[in-house]
Amino acid sequence: MSASHDDHGHAEPSSGPVVLSVSDRHPRVRTIQVVRPANADTTLLAATAKGLGITLKHFAKNLFLPLRKVAARSRAGAPDETDKAINLIETVQYPEEKVTYPERFRGLHRLMLRDDGNVRCVACMCCPTVCPAHCITIVPEESDNHGIEKRPAIFEIDELRCVVCGLCVEACPCDAIRMDTGEHAKPVEDRAVAIETKESMMARGIRSIAKQGGEGPSWRDHGDGPPKRDVNR
Amino acid sequence: MHILYAILDFPATKWLFLVLVLVMPLASLLTWAERRQSAMMQDRLGPNRANIGPIKLIGILHFVADALKMIFKEDFIPANVHRGLFALAPVLALAPVLIAFAIIPFGPTIFPHLITQTIDPFTLALQPGAPEFADAIRMQMFSIDFGLIFYFAVLTLANYGGTIAGWASYNKWALLGGLRSSSQMMSYEVAMGLALMGAFVVTGSLEPGWIVAHGANSNLSASNPLNWLWLWQPLGFVLFFTAAIAETKRAPFDIPEGEPEIIGYFVEYSGIRWGMFFLAEFIEIVFISSVIATVFFGGWQVPFLDIDGFRVGGYMDPVTHVSTGGWFRSVPHGLIVAMQFGAFGLKVILLSSFQLLVRWTLPRFRADQLMNLGWKLLLPLSLANIMLTALIKLIYFMVTGN
Repeated sequence: MSASHDDHGHAEPSSGPVVLSVSDRHPRVRTIQVVRPANADTTLLAATAKGLGITLKHFAKNLFLPLRKVAARSRAGAPDETDKAINLIETVQYPEEKVTYPERFRGLHRLMLRDDGNVRCVACMCCPTVCPAHCITIVPEESDNHGIEKRPAIFEIDELRCVVCGLCVEACPCDAIRMDTGEHAKPVEDRAVAIETKESMMARGIRSIAKQGGEGPSWRDHGDGPPKRDVNR
Repeated sequence: MHILYAILDFPATKWLFLVLVLVMPLASLLTWAERRQSAMMQDRLGPNRANIGPIKLIGILHFVADALKMIFKEDFIPANVHRGLFALAPVLALAPVLIAFAIIPFGPTIFPHLITQTIDPFTLALQPGAPEFADAIRMQMFSIDFGLIFYFAVLTLANYGGTIAGWASYNKWALLGGLRSSSQMMSYEVAMGLALMGAFVVTGSLEPGWIVAHGANSNLSASNPLNWLWLWQPLGFVLFFTAAIAETKRAPFDIPEGEPEIIGYFVEYSGIRWGMFFLAEFIEIVFISSVIATVFFGGWQVPFLDIDGFRVGGYMDPVTHVSTGGWFRSVPHGLIVAMQFGAFGLKVILLSSFQLLVRWTLPRFRADQLMNLGWKLLLPLSLANIMLTALIKLIYFMVTGN
């Protein structure tokens, strides 16, 4: 045992519990007597009345005052109880009322489109490679467009297997797949329905303005930071 | 027509009316109201979604869903249970509570021939046999002199439900729950009975109907809130209420159930058999509220509503003991009856709601704290309450001579 370790506990606290006995082998092991304040009111009548008052106040407020707006209810932290005239209920009644999700919330996938309405995906297989849940199936085919080699003939995502990690979006070099729809995977009665197809994901997609295939000079060449652009167009 | 009145005045008819109109709906609604109220006390919304098509009714229909669920759930009977006692226990828990309602006066006496008229209380007091007062329907099943004793006797039987359930389940946790239930009921019934004795000393009657109709002091109208026993027996009221909550075996006195340690005497029950224990618990809440409303809060009396109409500042006629004089506004008999029914229902609902408030506010007692409270606090206090009440009554008697 190192000396520095022993040095720690030797300083006796100046005030504190009454020490009844100290162990010979380990001076820090002691029997102490804890002095707790005696409870004057053993029947706890006053405390009971106080507690009933608190719950009754909450009950009355929540029963008679109108519900606050969803935004106020879903806000983090407890409501200000010093404000006498507010309903304190925090429940958000989900299907009817929805909380605004943060901007980076990862929802259902969508496939982005080119200017001519075709899918942006070039079937590079980055996303099925990186996908930890192996939920992406891509069958590539040759593209009609001579500037683009491949496109997906089949692009399917099994939303039941998807772990919503967002790695596919990060892996995509073409801004072809995004998870910014803000929608949940819907509950289904048939597993087959939970598989998103190329068409269903393209239906949610919009045109992306990202330059594809390394056209034009890179912002790295100029050294003045990434270009300011509206990625949500 | 006489047959109809005779049928209406038959105790079984009144019992059916009471159970089907007041007790069962209120007890089933309480299963929903409890969850809703506890949620609102904890800043939540509670169950508000059960619906039949578009009919939602702020979630009241949850009790229908609950009942359907319990009826259609599998009624599982474990191996080695004593099948006869296992089946008997829920009935033993439920039946006594329903029987005990026999003594509750849940409405005034109805005179069917005078429904549209105003009753003349002097005629009623001097000539009760007059033809217009015939076929009276008394809204109390059994008006017996030992009414409150009867209630104690019958409700004690409900204890056997829990104990036998614990024994028959062939499960040590259930047995522990049954034993705890017995010991708790035994300890608290003493204090509960003694707490009511103070009311007996004040009114001189154990018949709930009499207490409601006369109040604490015969020199005041029974409809005067100051004549109700909460003012004359404040300590008795608090003691009885505490002991009565213990009697319903709900928090803070729910050690027979004790979910974190033992599940309680109904651990082996499922489906509608468990539902019967559950319902019995809620019917007990309604019953305790009815008893408290009857004994301490004037039962079906509406404040300042006498038998012939609203009266403020009147006095009791010394000969006929009829409330008279003061500011008066006559009300037809039928309307009075309706208002008094409503008043009883409202008092029961408010008292039940208060019991829910207590249940969801206080943490559970330990077994030793429970026994300490029962034997070392409630029992001596209720004895002191009787002594004090008797002493005051004696002094009052010596000073005034009546």
